[in-house]
Amino acid sequence: MRDQGSGISSPSYAFPALAVLTAAALAYAPVMIAQAPVESTMLLVQKIFYFHVPAWFVMFTGAFTCGIASGIYLFTRSRNADRYALTGAELAVVFGLIGLTTGPIWARKAWGIWWDWDAKLTLALIVWLTFIAYLLLRRYGGPGSDRLAAGVGLFGAANIPFVYYSVNWWRTIHPKTSVVPSLGPGMRGTFWFCVLAFMLLMTLLVAARVHLERQRDRLDQLYLAAEDDL
Amino acid sequence: MTFLATVWLVVRKDLLVELRSREILYTTVFFAVSCVLVFSFGFVRDGQPIDGAAAGILWIAIAFSGTLALGRTFERERQSETLRALLLAPVDRPALYVAKLVGVLVLLLAVEALVVPLVGILFQAPVLRAPWTLAALLVAGTIGFACVGTLFAAMLVRARSRDVLLPVLLYPVTVPVIIAGVRGTAALLQADPDAAMARAWLSLLVFFDVIFITLSLWVFEPLMTE
Repeated sequence: MRDQGSGISSPSYAFPALAVLTAAALAYAPVMIAQAPVESTMLLVQKIFYFHVPAWFVMFTGAFTCGIASGIYLFTRSRNADRYALTGAELAVVFGLIGLTTGPIWARKAWGIWWDWDAKLTLALIVWLTFIAYLLLRRYGGPGSDRLAAGVGLFGAANIPFVYYSVNWWRTIHPKTSVVPSLGPGMRGTFWFCVLAFMLLMTLLVAARVHLERQRDRLDQLYLAAEDDL
Repeated sequence: MTFLATVWLVVRKDLLVELRSREILYTTVFFAVSCVLVFSFGFVRDGQPIDGAAAGILWIAIAFSGTLALGRTFERERQSETLRALLLAPVDRPALYVAKLVGVLVLLLAVEALVVPLVGILFQAPVLRAPWTLAALLVAGTIGFACVGTLFAAMLVRARSRDVLLPVLLYPVTVPVIIAGVRGTAALLQADPDAAMARAWLSLLVFFDVIFITLSLWVFEPLMTE
């Protein structure tokens, strides 16, 4: 298959700059979190929220990236779109795991239980499982499974609103989405700074991962070319 | 050949093959009945089923036996390499998808025709209280499950470890169907039936069906092209 993205083979200069910026943002985030005012009812345990919610932002961005890129890949066969789809799914799984780890730690303190079948938890778990399934298919589906996985990625992303409505009608006790606008001034700045840091981290990981896949494809092509020469 | 003529020809072929052996129908029905039995040991205490167990068991039986039927339907096409022949035929690809979907639906609705009364008898569930709403929930839910399932089973024909990958891919995507089916049916079967709730879940199912059938028709061709 022809590689439409092979024009860019060396990493861009923006990459080191982005890496430094992300590292700085992530290094400063704990300082800001430590200085943010302590929440009056949940006290210290509330601070996990500054990493928990941004992790979910990244997970859903990854999931929708995978869905959109999968759709583009199915119809244009663009290798680049497939790389973005794979990256989106991997990020959704990794950051979903961060969300699913930090959530129960907080819930144990705030609700007294590790897990509750609340709407947002269930939604996150199902979306997470969908993208694990996507990666399993790519890993174990054999040749051609990248295109089959694109079907799953597209359906998984299209399914998110349905899962959202069905589990929402089913039940809900999660803090409302209105938590974010209702934050105190000290907390709001810290929160959005953490979101920014996580989004920078996501961009960095996407760039690195897509570059890696591109290099892999180039390597495969070089092997094939070398075999042809023999 | 028109779209509908193609659909009819493929459906008729599938049903004829099935009628001659009845392999998928018999095994799926028996599997669904076994499912109901196995789950009843978990959800019946002191001879009384726990609240809402009937709806849950009914939909689990449908989802499990549906997965089995989907896998078998396409395994038959794969074994004799007939899927390739079907795809080579100069007809609309989406027509093949619709035909396969109709075949799976006929099979699953036949299974449900047996499992629903069985659940009604074994769990003292009043399945005849609102027969039309219940039938609509079952049909809409089965279409939702089968429309995604048919697409996934068709595309997995070419994949390795397809037997285990089908449920792994299918269940997370069809969770809304299962939730809507179980909650809608439970709203009808509970001691104080809530018809408005059942209709709300039914509308979600119809919406799911429309979106996912459209998506499936749209991606069937690029997914099935090697």
